[in-house]
Order: sequence, then structure tokens, then C-alpha cells
Amino acid sequence: MKSSLLSLTLLITIASFAQPMYMTRNGQISFYSKTPMENIDAVNNEVTAMINSSTGELAFAVLIKSFRFERALMEEHFNENYMESDKFPKATFSGKITNPGNVNFNTNGNYPVSVEGELTIHGVKKSITSTGTINISGSKVTTLSTFLVRLADYNISIPALVADKISETVEVKVNCEYQPKK
Amino acid sequence: MIARKSTLFILLFLLSQVAMAQDDLLKMLEDETEKDKKPDYTTATFKTTRLINGHSVENVAGGVLDFRISHRFGYINSGLYEFFGLDQATTRLGLDYGLTNRWMIGIGRSTFEKQLDGFTKYKLIRQSSGAKKTPVTVSLMAAMVYKTIKPSTTDRENFKTSNLYYTYQILVARKFNESLSLQLMPSMNHYNLVPGTTLPNDFFSLGFGGRLKVSKRVTINAEYYYQFPNSKLPDTTNSLGIGVDIETGGHVFQLYLTNSTGMTERSFITETTGDFLKGEIHFGFCISRVFTIRDPRK
Repeated sequence: MKSSLLSLTLLITIASFAQPMYMTRNGQISFYSKTPMENIDAVNNEVTAMINSSTGELAFAVLIKSFRFERALMEEHFNENYMESDKFPKATFSGKITNPGNVNFNTNGNYPVSVEGELTIHGVKKSITSTGTINISGSKVTTLSTFLVRLADYNISIPALVADKISETVEVKVNCEYQPKK
Repeated sequence: MIARKSTLFILLFLLSQVAMAQDDLLKMLEDETEKDKKPDYTTATFKTTRLINGHSVENVAGGVLDFRISHRFGYINSGLYEFFGLDQATTRLGLDYGLTNRWMIGIGRSTFEKQLDGFTKYKLIRQSSGAKKTPVTVSLMAAMVYKTIKPSTTDRENFKTSNLYYTYQILVARKFNESLSLQLMPSMNHYNLVPGTTLPNDFFSLGFGGRLKVSKRVTINAEYYYQFPNSKLPDTTNSLGIGVDIETGGHVFQLYLTNSTGMTERSFITETTGDFLKGEIHFGFCISRVFTIRDPRK
């Protein structure tokens, strides 16, 4: 009797302990390319991401075809000529917060964090580090970050003809709002 | 005994928890989103809305205006005096507009027969993979041409409606892979007035076409319209076109060789007279420039 009660309590603690997952299916990632000739920006509002609050692990998956541009033809060329999204449909990030002790998921507030991990774009995997903010508001978790991506690092080639319209380095902004995962 | 059993159970449970935590979070995320996968619609089956002379299954996107300047020179075999055809030229100026991503309309004016034309094209079925699999894209195209050139005969009454022609096409295309796309175009041309009493008013034909992408920005295209034996005007040949599409950002340049003179469906499908093998070939080109009228994100 005693032991079954013990196991029950233990099970409950484990269950509550195993709730540290936060997830989103409609996170936002946008990017900006600025040149004197042309500014290009695109937004993706269908980013899926997860955070494990107990380990500080993070994962993002982004469908390339879900980026929306100001012009339809830009979107077609982005998918066809630059990202080859039929071959490489997704960009992913898998990493962790390097200072997880700084974030208290139970207390509202803004927590500056550093993140390191592997970013895969256009089939090329690279280790990156970035800084960002985690905002806790009730049960809602928001991650914000801005970092730079050099297109050449991911074998995305820009033909000479449009070289003055597309920046060699694009600024990527992450703004994802998570809910506790049931 | 019971205590031991439950301890073992707890231990096993704890172990499984540990094992789960070690699972790659990204893998978990991908498993989680596997079920809400959406159909992946095929894009860019062709570079532009025309294969060569005729339509491809492609549409201009909703809110986009496409200004098309098409040029056709004289026959290449016309010799040095005509500078191999370059001394003569006919043009068509066209404006196409996407009402939605699947429905477009367009108007055009040709110097050939002083034609005024209009068309509408709707993408009925979209090729897709992923959650929903559809093997082909199917578009419906209807066009109307009004020939405004003054009639050559005055010995009979010339009704305005006698100068009207209609074309109906079903365009079926499949993008087999990144480089190869093929298209079939069953077509029907209706004449309000035909040049002979024994001729039918409706002419049936079957078009074939395709493209090969040779680099990210260049494709080679071909298009052929076969007229059914009892469904053609006398002394006409089948329309053939071979060309190259070059894309540079907002422009698409199409360069081609064709035996057809007219640039509207009825003119090139049913009234081509050039014999490709005898060198009765026109060099032609089309410049397409798109303008975004409506921001697709708003």
C-alpha cells in the first residue's frame, strides 16, 4: 500500500517534471536584404518551433515555400533559383541556450540569452551563435532574436546580373510565441 | 515483493523519461508537425504564361500586370534584299492581369490583320505532391479575336460578327522534374465566317509542347499544333515553334523561330502557311515585364 502510494507520488512528480515543453506552429521569421538598388523582405508566419525549458534546448523548422514577398515573382525566383525549395524544402535550427540558468520560466520578465547550435539552410549545415531575448508572460513564452546570414556560407549564389539588388548578407529576425505543449 | 515490483517499475519509468529527454528535439518537432502537412503545389512549370505562340498553364499572380511586347520578323528565306526577314515586322502589344492567383485576363492588339483580342484563363487543377497528390495542372483558356482590317471584298455584305473568331483550349501540363515540363493542348477554333461553303465553322487541333531548363534562368521550349485532317483550312500547315526563354529578374525574354505569322490562337493554329522545312520561318521575340499592382501580402 505504502509503496504504491510512493510510486503514485513519484509518477505525479515525473509527470509535472515532464511538462517543460513549449511549442508553436505559427511563429514568425522574417529576413531583410538591403542594397542601395533594392530592398527585399519576406515573412514566414508558419514557423514551427519547440523549447525544452528544463534543458534549454531549442528547435526550429521553417518551410521555405511559406515565405511571403512583396512581389509574387520574387517569391517564385526565391524558391526556384536561390533556395531550390523542391530539393531543400526546409531550413532548420537545432541548438541550446548556453546560459539556461538565467531564465526563470515561472517568473514573468525579459531574459537575455545566448544560443548556439546548428543552422541548416539550402542543405548546408553550419554552427552558429546568436543572442536573443526570452520573454515570459504567464504561460506564454516568446523568443526574439536577430542575426546575420551570409548567403555564400550556404551555397546560395547570386548571379552578377542581380548582384547589386541582393545583399550578400541578410538579416534574419525571429519572433516566436510558444504555448505549453500538452 | 510488491515493493520490489513497484521500485522496478519506477526505475523503468525513470529510464524511459531519461531516454526521451535525450531524443533530438528537432526530430520530435518534425514528428509533431508531420501530421499537419499541407499539399505542396508545383510552381514554375513554365517560366511565363506563353509557351511560344500559345498559352502555357502558367498564370500571372493575382494583382500583377504583365506588359508583353511580341515581335515577329519576315521569313528567314526571303534573302539579303529583305535582310533575311528583318526588314519586315509585325507586333502584338498585350496587357495581362491576374485577378487572382488562378484567374487571369488579357487584351492585345496585333498589327497582323489589325486584330484586337481578349482572353481569360483559369487554373482549374494544380499539380501537387505531399499531403495531396495531383499529377497534372489543368487550365482552361477562352479567347476572342476581332479582325478590324477593312474587308477585301465589297461584293457581299460584311457583318461585324463575320470578323469574330473564338478559341477554346484545355491545357494539361506536368512538371516531371526541375528541368522537364510537358504540356498537351486540345483546342477548338470557331469561325463565324469561313472562306468556303464546304468548310466547317469549328476546327479541332491538338497541341504538344514542353520545356527543358538548361540553367536556372534559361529554358528551351518547343510547341507544335497538329490540325486534324478534316478540320483544317486548305493550304495551311501546322504551327511549329522552337525557342529560348531567358529570365532576368522582372523580365522574361523569349526568342523563337516559328512558321506562324499571326500571334493570336486562331491565326497561328488554323492559318499558318509557312513550311518550316523550306525555311519559311520567322524569327520572333517577346519581352515580358511584370508590374506589381497589388501587394500579395495585403
